[in-house]
Amino acid sequence: MGRSATTKDAHALFHSLRSAYAATPNNLKIIDLYILFAVATAVIQVAYMAIVGSFPFNSFLSGVLSCVGTAVLAVSLRIQVNKDNKEFKDLPPERAFADFVLCNLVLHLVIINFLG
Amino acid sequence: MARDLGILVIVVLVLAATCQSAVVSPVSESHRSAALELFSPAHGSYGRLNINTLETHPLRIVFDSQIVDLVFQYKISLALGHVYLEETYEALKTFKVLGIEKKHAIRTSSCASVADTLKSTSSALKDFFDALRVNSILKCELNSEAVRGTQSRLKDSLNGASSLIDFYYSIGGLVLLKEQMSEVDVNLGDADRIFRSIKALGQSDGRWRLSSNNPESSNNAAGIALEALAGVISLATPQIDNSWVSFDFCSFVLANSMKITTLKNDILKLFDGIERYDDGTYYFDEKHVGARGHQSPLSSSASVVRGIAAVAAATSETLNLPGEKIMGLAKFFLGVGVPGSAQDLYHQIDALSYLENIRHVLWKLTSFRTLYNKAHPDLKIYSSDHDFVAALVRVSTLLGSPAPTLSVRLMQIFVSGSKDASVIDQELKFDAVSGMHVLETLPKNIDVGSYIFSFEVIFHNPEHKKTYVSGGRTRVLVHITGVIKIDNAEIVILDGDRGSVENQKKLKLPGDNAVALSANHLQKLRLSFDMSTPFGNAFKPHQAFLKLRHESGVDHIFLVGNSGKKFEIILVKASSLVLLLDFLGLVEKFFYLPGRYNIQLTVGDADMENSFLQPLGFVELDLPDAPEKATRPPPQAVDPYSRYGPKAEITHIFRAPEKRPAKELSLTFLGLVLVPFFGFLAGLVQLGANLKNFPKSTVPSTFAILFHLGIAAVLALYTLFWLKLDLFTTLKALGFLGMFLMFVGHKTLSHLASTSSKLKSV
Repeated sequence: MGRSATTKDAHALFHSLRSAYAATPNNLKIIDLYILFAVATAVIQVAYMAIVGSFPFNSFLSGVLSCVGTAVLAVSLRIQVNKDNKEFKDLPPERAFADFVLCNLVLHLVIINFLG
Repeated sequence: MARDLGILVIVVLVLAATCQSAVVSPVSESHRSAALELFSPAHGSYGRLNINTLETHPLRIVFDSQIVDLVFQYKISLALGHVYLEETYEALKTFKVLGIEKKHAIRTSSCASVADTLKSTSSALKDFFDALRVNSILKCELNSEAVRGTQSRLKDSLNGASSLIDFYYSIGGLVLLKEQMSEVDVNLGDADRIFRSIKALGQSDGRWRLSSNNPESSNNAAGIALEALAGVISLATPQIDNSWVSFDFCSFVLANSMKITTLKNDILKLFDGIERYDDGTYYFDEKHVGARGHQSPLSSSASVVRGIAAVAAATSETLNLPGEKIMGLAKFFLGVGVPGSAQDLYHQIDALSYLENIRHVLWKLTSFRTLYNKAHPDLKIYSSDHDFVAALVRVSTLLGSPAPTLSVRLMQIFVSGSKDASVIDQELKFDAVSGMHVLETLPKNIDVGSYIFSFEVIFHNPEHKKTYVSGGRTRVLVHITGVIKIDNAEIVILDGDRGSVENQKKLKLPGDNAVALSANHLQKLRLSFDMSTPFGNAFKPHQAFLKLRHESGVDHIFLVGNSGKKFEIILVKASSLVLLLDFLGLVEKFFYLPGRYNIQLTVGDADMENSFLQPLGFVELDLPDAPEKATRPPPQAVDPYSRYGPKAEITHIFRAPEKRPAKELSLTFLGLVLVPFFGFLAGLVQLGANLKNFPKSTVPSTFAILFHLGIAAVLALYTLFWLKLDLFTTLKALGFLGMFLMFVGHKTLSHLASTSSKLKSV
């Protein structure tokens, strides 16, 4: 009985999340997709390292950190662009996007330098 | 300055040289050619390539005549023509003493600069002095007005002089004027005062100070002072006038002789400070570095000799100088050889010429030469009537001119290293053609060996005996060499206790021998030979060694004819040499190494003409095995040149490279990494992402396109950076791109923002 209740609850939770998620605006969904893509790439790289060994460690770090970094920047973009967020009401989204692009470019410069 | 006023001369004889080479020779052609080379005129006067003069004469320009442009040189020499007068004088004096005629080349320009110097009012005291010195040799035509002007200048400066150099120049100038121009009146009224003021600068040890402020005294200054004082004496001679009262004349002569006596005492005091080498060379040296720079012993001694010569010239009495010291000074000056610098050559030649005038010094060269038999000129034949060895003695003066007639006698012969001597008293025959005294026959009992010959000089002219004093006997070390005969040479292996001969080989010494012997440790080896001189006397050489060298390189040397613990000497005759090697006792010395030992014999002596070092063959030694505690043979010396040869090849050990994954695995994962990207694209499509907001009108659209292109360019720059660029280039490019991107991005985004705000407000 309890088990089915939990699974039922889990299902209900999952459904409610899904329907709530459908309500988010499209641009936020695009950003979420981007974050997902970056994290997936990082995971694949970690799996590769686990198999092969960490010999050019700097390369591994640079690859992983580029994914993680860009994901973090996307998260901050999402926060700033979200209309429901009262804190950044006065910030035009274009400005946030410009920051996102600039920070990404700097991150990738450092990554490429560290790549070796 | 040197005049023959009936000076009494003393002759001192010296025997120099050994039989091998003439060590010190009098002035010769080599001095003349050196003089011509060192004193080479540079466009009209004698410049000297001497760095040392820069310190004392800052106006002098030292340059190489081949390097500097001739035009520049000409102008300089015209402008500073008087600067070179000192060198010109040195060159001219040297040429005059050596008898070289070279004056015409520079006579006109030198005379011109002499005349200029004497006329000019800006000339210094030294310039007058130098000009007058040059004139004393060249004897130019001088303007009498200039001469009078010079004379008054010199007298004025003499009256105002306080330092020794000023006194020297002014007095010297006046003396030179007196010599050259007899009509000029240069007599000194207050000669006593000047004499006393110069004397005041002297010190009790015979040296002089340069001025009263300067406490340092030097021999160089002493020489200068003596010249100045002698000049004062010669200038103070009054005009003999009828109106002179005899009392004044007598007092004057008395004062003069007192001055001369003090000068002689000064010279004797100066000689107390002379320095000497062990071979009898005397010289003057300076203890302090004076104001005129460091004076070498050559220039100090030359200065003193000049001073003494000036005093000798100024007086008609004898200067009783110690003959040994005069000879020592002559030895010093000649011992310099041929100097390398012009100034040193001048000092040497000048001093020798003054020394000659003080004392005639006879220099004797001894050389012993083997006369070759005329029939066989290449062969040195040793005949039993010993008329092949001749001693040659040449006697001459210091400057190379011939000596008065005299004869040289061989008085005694000593055997070197022993006290016995034989009295000979044999006269050497004088060969007028070559100018040498020849000893033609040796006494009968002279054999091969080292001897000391003692010579003495006897004068033919009894007058010379009065004026000349011979210096006693002089000794020369002589080696009589000859070919030593070696007979009865044999090498024998003796059997141990019984002493019986097991193996005997005759040797031919010196000659080719290839002896092959074998022995074991119980046997003995004996080497014996006789040595005798050509006259049959026994000969004992200085060196007689036998060397046994093992094939591994270890060698052992034994002295032949020496008594040691392990050897036994059997002297059969007085002249035979024996070496007996007892192998039983030598086993340990040989480090127990058996095998082939090469035998080498060395016999030599200074008087032996056929000394030899020869391999004799080999001996196979059979030695017992070495016990554990025996000493190892010493390690052989490494060839010293192998240090510079190529070294062993070095093999480098590298770190093992890291294990790399398989290629397929890497490629698989490359593909896997790209999968999320495609997933992202698919997701975008599914979400309905579009480009509807892309600006339509021209200007904003170009900016938008440029914005995207800018980002793409930055990413391309990053790939290039990864592929081949370095950080700094990248940063530079990034700077430019970044500016562009900022501008374009700002334009685009602000347009987008305005569009969306318009939409909102609407």
